[in-house]
Amino acid sequence: MRLALLADIHSNLEALRSCLAHAAHQNIDRTVVLGDIVGYNADPLACIDVVADLEANGGVVLRGNHDTACLGGLMESMNFLAREVIYWTRGQLGQAQFDFLAQLPLTYVVDGCLFSHASPAQPEMWRYITGAREAGRALADTSEPRIFVGHVHRSVLFFNGGNEEPRHFLPGDGVTIPLSSLRRWVCVIGAVGQSRDNLSAASYGILDTDRSCLTIYRVPYNCHLAAQKIRNAGLPERLAQRLEKYNC
Amino acid sequence: MLNDSPVPVPGMEIDGFHIDRLIHEGGMAFLYEVSCPDLEIPLLLKVPRLEFGNHPACYVGFEMEQMIYGVVSGRNVPRLISQGGGDSRPYLVLERIDGPGLQELSRNAPLPIKNVVGLISVVASALHSLHRQNVIHLDLKPDNVLFRPDGQAVLIDFGLAHHSDLPDLVEEEFHSAVGTGAYISPEQLLGSRSDPRSDIFALGVIAYKLATGKSPYGDPSGRHAMRRRLFFDPLSPCAINSTIPPWLQEVILRCLELNPDDRYATAAQLAHDLAHPEQIRLTGRATRINRGSPIEVLHRWTRGWRLKPLQKEESPSAHILKAPHVLVALDLDYHEKALDQALRDAVQRALSAEPQLRITLLAICPQQLLTDEGAEDLQQSMHMESLIQLRHWASGLDMPRDKMRVHVIQHGDTATAILNYAAGHHVDRIIMGARGASRFRRYLGSVSARVVTEANCSVSVIRSGC
Repeated sequence: MRLALLADIHSNLEALRSCLAHAAHQNIDRTVVLGDIVGYNADPLACIDVVADLEANGGVVLRGNHDTACLGGLMESMNFLAREVIYWTRGQLGQAQFDFLAQLPLTYVVDGCLFSHASPAQPEMWRYITGAREAGRALADTSEPRIFVGHVHRSVLFFNGGNEEPRHFLPGDGVTIPLSSLRRWVCVIGAVGQSRDNLSAASYGILDTDRSCLTIYRVPYNCHLAAQKIRNAGLPERLAQRLEKYNC
Repeated sequence: MLNDSPVPVPGMEIDGFHIDRLIHEGGMAFLYEVSCPDLEIPLLLKVPRLEFGNHPACYVGFEMEQMIYGVVSGRNVPRLISQGGGDSRPYLVLERIDGPGLQELSRNAPLPIKNVVGLISVVASALHSLHRQNVIHLDLKPDNVLFRPDGQAVLIDFGLAHHSDLPDLVEEEFHSAVGTGAYISPEQLLGSRSDPRSDIFALGVIAYKLATGKSPYGDPSGRHAMRRRLFFDPLSPCAINSTIPPWLQEVILRCLELNPDDRYATAAQLAHDLAHPEQIRLTGRATRINRGSPIEVLHRWTRGWRLKPLQKEESPSAHILKAPHVLVALDLDYHEKALDQALRDAVQRALSAEPQLRITLLAICPQQLLTDEGAEDLQQSMHMESLIQLRHWASGLDMPRDKMRVHVIQHGDTATAILNYAAGHHVDRIIMGARGASRFRRYLGSVSARVVTEANCSVSVIRSGC
């Protein structure tokens, strides 16, 4: 089975559409959305519509910390920039979107693959997997051989070695990485809607569960249009600049 | 999790592959002859030994092979037929290459010079194809070289290999150098796993062994003994086998240089030199008999201490792109000053962009159908005249001589001759002139158009005045 893995869409409709258009040529059987459908950008309603369609067509959609924040609460753990957009997003959502986000699960398991937005041992804690130590903890607290998460906005793979901490590997664009069945893997999938490396392009992954291999793709999209929408909505200028930073 | 499944035995069937017999029981894996009704080619099943525990160090070689066979292609590696078994008993089914391997052939070393050159050429070609696919073998030795019936070399055993796009599980697992004592390169001993020229060093060791019957550095197993090659040059091949011509000694010792920058930049350049030994530029390496004066020995020793291998950031294919083989096809019958200058400018630009490139100037002479007495002499003198013209053409270039080769082919069909030469010598780019109106063009159509259409590499057609 070939799964498209979309993480951290963050209300970026242009990036989401570009990734889905790219994935349409890749013989995908199902789509897994690894949480954070909303936040940061200005198209929450359209993105929720697209994601709900994916779910209706057999896809799996998980809830992330930004989606959860939209449901209510004080968001103490979020920075002010993120919080400001969540307050704005809450005002945009109708009851239908609210209900959709509220019913989303936090994890999903299929064929020895565990999917979650953040570190999966206690997904509701929204822990980041940014290094070998966190990846090792995620492996220790779960039993599935392959774990797929988002939340970090950069793609990186961790694999366990002997007795030491897991090692990391940065996957190249479009390079198919075999995930050896003799090891356990933590795959952090980069963000669709807000990349945090030196490329403006969106990221998404394709997991082939039969061949046990993962490919990360970088897809260019109209980041200027997405940034313009942020400005038109009166959201913080820094968020618009972040999208355009490496494509000007 | 890993030890539950029994070791396969003949008669068993795994995912449609019938196990016929056990071929080899090694320290790391079992090899079986298998058959499958749907496939007519000979098949090999490789199953890793997992009895000794499930520490990754036991199976990292098998994992690397799974990854690398999955991504490489071409006639210089066995075809991957199937892999599977999940985590209980993983396996690989590969095309089986039955011919005699280099190990068997090297038992009779020293071999005749012609055979040494032939064998090293085909292995260099295979290596180049591997490097182009971003794989560095890092354990090249006669055991790991087999041959197809048509003579092409097939490289096997990628358990220690490196692929620039894939996780390097070997590097992560073993913190010290891994390789085979007799063949491991100096930079591998210092921890480098990313330089394709490490394979050229190992190929030099193989060539030395085939030509002399001896290993240049013996067969050490301890780290200290292996490190001797950092500080001492090997005995000159000629000192062991006096029939080795100076050019072959030059080639072998160039492969065995301490610093990768002093070796051949690519395996293709090595193969090209072996195809045209008369044009190899001889240096002090060619005639060296002993290790030199005490001062030279001391100098060599200090160079070993100073060697700092750089971790190459670029992939092997990017490395090859910096040392391309550029073929300049010249029409000696067609003279147009402006076109000549435009061609020279194009070559000069290529040279400044890629200082490690190799340029071959190629002229195609029409075949003479003379049968009279003296026809052969006439052919010879025409051939020589063409070579002189080519060298004269190149005298206007500002280029070190060792980067350039000249070659004349007698062939009735110019385009075919150019295409054959390009395909046979790993040419990366062809530069040729667009002729205005020569007799070939009038009667046979444009040579450049056919070369552009049919070549497997890039072709630049140069026009004067633009």
